[in-house]
Amino acid sequence: MTNFLGILFDGLAYGMLLYLISVGLSVTLGLMGFINLAHGVFAMAGGYLLVVLMGRFGVGFVPALPIIFVAVALASLVLERTLYRPLYSSAHLDQVLMTIGIIFVAVAGATYVWGVGQQPVAIPAWMSGQLAVAGLDLSRYRLFLIAVGIVITVLLLFGLERTRFGARVRAAVERRRTAESMGIHVERVFQVAFAIGSGLAGLGGALGVNVLGLDPGFPLKFLVYFLLIVVVGGPGKVIGTLLAALLLGVADTAGKYYVPETGAFVIYVAMIVLLLLFPNGLLGRRKLL
Amino acid sequence: MSMKARACSPSIPPYVAALHVRERWKKAELAFWLALAALFFVLPAHLMFASQILITGLFALSLDLILGYAGIVTLGHAAFFGLGAYSAGLLSKWGWSEPVTGLLLSGAVAGAFGYLSSFLVLRGKDLTRLMITLGISLLLYEVANSAGELTGGVDGLQGVEAGKVLGLFGFDLWGRTAYLYVLCVTFLLFALVRALMTSPYGLSLRSIRENPQRAIAIGIPIRARLTNIYTFSAVLAGIAGALLTQTTQFVAIDVFHFQRSADLLIILIVGGAATLYGGFVGAAVFMIAQDKLGKANPEYWLFWLGILLIVSTRYLRGGVLGALHRLLRLPARERKAVRP
Repeated sequence: MTNFLGILFDGLAYGMLLYLISVGLSVTLGLMGFINLAHGVFAMAGGYLLVVLMGRFGVGFVPALPIIFVAVALASLVLERTLYRPLYSSAHLDQVLMTIGIIFVAVAGATYVWGVGQQPVAIPAWMSGQLAVAGLDLSRYRLFLIAVGIVITVLLLFGLERTRFGARVRAAVERRRTAESMGIHVERVFQVAFAIGSGLAGLGGALGVNVLGLDPGFPLKFLVYFLLIVVVGGPGKVIGTLLAALLLGVADTAGKYYVPETGAFVIYVAMIVLLLLFPNGLLGRRKLL
Repeated sequence: MSMKARACSPSIPPYVAALHVRERWKKAELAFWLALAALFFVLPAHLMFASQILITGLFALSLDLILGYAGIVTLGHAAFFGLGAYSAGLLSKWGWSEPVTGLLLSGAVAGAFGYLSSFLVLRGKDLTRLMITLGISLLLYEVANSAGELTGGVDGLQGVEAGKVLGLFGFDLWGRTAYLYVLCVTFLLFALVRALMTSPYGLSLRSIRENPQRAIAIGIPIRARLTNIYTFSAVLAGIAGALLTQTTQFVAIDVFHFQRSADLLIILIVGGAATLYGGFVGAAVFMIAQDKLGKANPEYWLFWLGILLIVSTRYLRGGVLGALHRLLRLPARERKAVRP
């Protein structure tokens, strides 16, 4: 039983990371219908940025996180303007090809600068080690991850449900044409949402260096996970994405623990079955792209 | 238009005449295949490489059928290539070493899998299709990886013996038989594909790609068309994979790898989709470039490949063949414009 709870805990922490990274992709897909396979690149950028900030500039772990969020968000704005925007109304194939191109450039660039090896990051002492809670030894770092995930979810929900900007986002996701005719500048809304989403991906990538690992193959290795979470959760849905990410995190952790010999087999079968069972997402009735 | 009408007898309606014109082999096409045959005598030292390019071209042709003509976005076409490759390898390991029948059997295996998976793939729209195709190919990679005693795992399938083609021509060290064998198979399949795509059947596929609603309205059975073109494409991809196994006498596990599916997309886009020859042109350009530039520094190659992809979606519409086509048509259009 304690074993099971331990796996559940690890799975939840893992799911929170996946959630942080993929919630931005959910916006890209839900708002613009843009098939962005390169979303993992922002997460990888966050990871490498953390390595550089801590290793070369001696910035602490916690102060580095907001820097990464802002830096990745700004960088994504530039990419959105130069590469993504011209393809909003293009065929999906063009979007797929362009974003695969971005992945290749990022993978090659990361290999060139950092090599193919895993990048380690030293987390601060107060965050490492275990914490005994009700007879369970819980990793402090994973507790921290779950806490960050909860805070971000609350912030996102508040932003989406209670602010004017959030209302615009919801309107645009629901019915883009009508939102535009009501005077909402959907491209501007999308630009900001895209930057926030990419920033969160960068943050997730940075937090995940010690859990997901960090090497140049990152954007491809987790591509399936991000896509799966977004599609199952329903594009543009915060809670759906969170549920899907937690489910996937727990399932993947349990699969690796109980049946390690199957490797990544479980996740691919799960993906195909889930797509067939819920072609419109777990919670959503919205039509898939 | 007026020239076409004059060329044929007045009793044939113009749309039939247009179909006849489409069906006729053009001079450039004949020259293309004659040049490939001549390659046998011109470049005897590079026949192995040339046959690999032809195989990749055939593989790209199979993708062209579903992506270029039918408009199905896939990220996992390597699944069928790999199935064909492993089937051919295992068949010869189990004692069935005659290549031509091995080829047909491997194509049948890939085709059967293609038929079954078409029901999963064709259910959704672009994003779902993309994910399911990707998932299936990743799944097969995992299967090949974990079934080590059967497939050799990550080390690949070794000890594949290829017998004499039709019991007559043995494979030699210089790839002479291999090249002619690959060329014959590729040409035969190409002629079949060409006939299919210039027929009303091929036109119906294009109309599905352009506008599914109207295609239904004019009575095209969309589901059936897509299912059988997907199956046929899987057969072709399987045969391409089997050819690779038979000519190299080895199966590497990366026949299932994502990189192969992605490279194939690039090849087709660079060459030009829905042109029939685009896959071959793209394969030649891609593989020669990879051979010259990529060997020394793989990161460098990947980087420029990425740049090429990003740029091509903006500026390289229709690929190499599309650009050539525009170039050839440009003077003609100018002349027409000058004429009063």
